[in-house]
Amino acid sequence: MRRQEVEERLGRLELPFNAYGVDPYGVSRWHLGVVFEVQAFFYRNYFRVKCQGIEHVPARGRAMLVGNHSGGVAVDGAMVVASCFLEANPPRLAQAMAEKFIGAMPLASVWASRCGHFTGLPENAQRLLEDERLLLVFPEGARGTAKLYPQRYDLVDFGTGFMRLALKTRTPIIPFGFLGGGSAIPTVANLYGLGRALGMPYVPVTPYLLPLPLPVPLEIHYGEPLVFEGTGNEEDSVIQGYVEQVKARIADIIERRRHERWQGEVKP
Amino acid sequence: MRVLILGITGAVARRVAMGLHARKHTVVGIDTRPWPDAPKGIEVHVEDLRKRAAEDLFRTRRPEAVVHMATVTSLRVQGEERHRINLGGTRVVFEHCQAYGVKHAVFVGRHTFYGAAPDSALYHTEDEPPKELASFPELADLVAADLYASTALWRTPQLATSVLRVCYTLGPSAQGTLATFLRGRRVPLVAGYDPLFQFMHEDDVAAAIVRAVEKRPRGIFNVAGPQPLPLSVIVHQAQRIGVPLPLAVLRQLIGRFGLPRLPPGALNHLKYPIVVDARSFHTTADFQHQYDEIQTVQSFLAANPPPPPRREQVRQRLETLGVIKR
Repeated sequence: MRRQEVEERLGRLELPFNAYGVDPYGVSRWHLGVVFEVQAFFYRNYFRVKCQGIEHVPARGRAMLVGNHSGGVAVDGAMVVASCFLEANPPRLAQAMAEKFIGAMPLASVWASRCGHFTGLPENAQRLLEDERLLLVFPEGARGTAKLYPQRYDLVDFGTGFMRLALKTRTPIIPFGFLGGGSAIPTVANLYGLGRALGMPYVPVTPYLLPLPLPVPLEIHYGEPLVFEGTGNEEDSVIQGYVEQVKARIADIIERRRHERWQGEVKP
Repeated sequence: MRVLILGITGAVARRVAMGLHARKHTVVGIDTRPWPDAPKGIEVHVEDLRKRAAEDLFRTRRPEAVVHMATVTSLRVQGEERHRINLGGTRVVFEHCQAYGVKHAVFVGRHTFYGAAPDSALYHTEDEPPKELASFPELADLVAADLYASTALWRTPQLATSVLRVCYTLGPSAQGTLATFLRGRRVPLVAGYDPLFQFMHEDDVAAAIVRAVEKRPRGIFNVAGPQPLPLSVIVHQAQRIGVPLPLAVLRQLIGRFGLPRLPPGALNHLKYPIVVDARSFHTTADFQHQYDEIQTVQSFLAANPPPPPRREQVRQRLETLGVIKR
C-alpha cells in the first residue's frame, strides 16, 4: 500500500524527469521512490507526524520553507520533505540546502543530490527558486542541530542569506515550526573533535550514546506565507529586521503549539 | 566568409569544417596531422601552427574568422611540449589575428576548467573563474590558454573574441575525454560517488561552433546541450559495466588491467559534478541542440558497441589463427 501511494504521488510530482527518470538537476525518480517509501514509514508509523497548515505550501511555483532545527540529526528536514510529498496536493518536492560536508561524503552525497538536496550555496538556491522549485532552509544552520535537550525549543541566531535571496528572487517565505525533534534525539553533548575527524561539524551524543531517534510524536506547523518587498541589496539593519520578523513568527508558532499541548487542547 | 580552422583534423573540427563549407564559407585548415580524404573545397595544410608557414597562411589567405581548436587535451601528452603547444600556440594565434586583420577569433575550451569540488555550485556560469588548478595541475596549460584567450576581449577590442567552454562530446567518432573513458567494456567508478556528466552530440558541438562563427558573439560562453545525466546512468545506457572501486584502490589500479590512464586530479571528476549553465550562449548565438541526451548516448552505443569479454576475444583470436575450431 505504501509503495502504491508513493508511486502514485511520484507520478503526480511536477518535475521534468526524462526517459531515464532523471531531471536536469540529477534528481532521480528511482532514488525518490526508495527514500519516500522509507520516509513514509517513519512519517506515518514511527514518528506519527502531525502536520498542520500544509495548504500554505503553494501547489506550484517558487517558495521558501523556513523553519527551526530540532534534533541532533536531520530528522526534521526529512520529515518536512516527507510532509510536502505525502500531505500536499499535488505533492511537492522540498529541496533542502544541505551542509557542505554532506557533498564530500561518499554515498550521502549521491543520495542527497539524487533526492534534490544540494550544497547550501546561494547560486544553487537562486537557480532552484528561479526554476520555480520549493526550497527548504534552516537559517540556524549547524548551530541549530547542535542544540542540547534543555534548549530544544530555543532558536539560535538566524543567518541573513535566505532573506536577501527571497527578496532578490521575489520568493514568498513559508515559516514553519518543528516540534519534537529534541525529544526524539535527546542530545546531551556534542563531540566536536570526533566530528572534525569524521568530516562533520560534530557528533551528537544521547543518553543511550548513539544519535538514533526514538519513536516520539513529531509536529510540523506551517504558517501563512510572508512576503517582503525589496531587492536583496538593502542595508544589513533592514535585512536583519525582516529576519527577526520571520524568527518571531517561527518562535510564535512553536510557543503557541507548546501552550496548546500544555493546556491539553487537541487540535488537528 | 573565409574561415581558418586550426587543428582541423580533430573529430569535431572536421565537422565544423564541413558545416562551414556546406554553408558556403571558404574553409582553410591547419594541422600537424593530415586529412587525406578531406572534402573537395576544404584546403588543408599540414603545418605546425607555431612555424613560419602557418603565419604565411594568415598573410596570404587573410581569413576573416579563425577557429582555434589546436590545443592538446589528451593527458598522455605532458610536460614542456604540451605547454608549448597549448599556451605558445594560443599566443601565436592571437598575435597573427591582430597582425593580419582577422575580425573574429573563436577559442574552443573545455567546461572542466571550472573544476570539480564538493562545495561548487551545481551549474557554473561564465562569471566564475576557472579554478581547476589546485586539484588538477595537469590542466594548468589549458586553463592558462583559456584565460589568455579571454584577455583578448580587452587587449584587442577590434578583434571579436568568442571563448567557448564546451562540455564533453559524445557520438559515433568515440573521440574525446568521455568517449575514451567509456570505450572499454568495464568503466571504473569511485565507490560512493556518482557525479552528473554533461555531454553533447559531436554534431551539435560542431553546429554550435559554426553558429559562433556566423553570429560572432563577443565574450565567454558555456556551450552545452541536453540535460546532464549521472555517470552510472550513462555507463548503463552505453551497455558498459560500471566497476565501483574505493578511491584508494582506484588510485593504484588506474592505467592497469585495461582501466584507462588518468592523472590523480581527474579522479575528482569521477566524484563531483561539473555542469555548466549555457543559457547565455543559447540566447546570444540563437543556438538549439538537435540531439537529446538519449539520442546522444544511443549514437555512441550504435557506433561503439561494448567489446566482447576477454575470454571471447582470446577465443576469436585463436580461431583466426586456426589453433582451435569453432
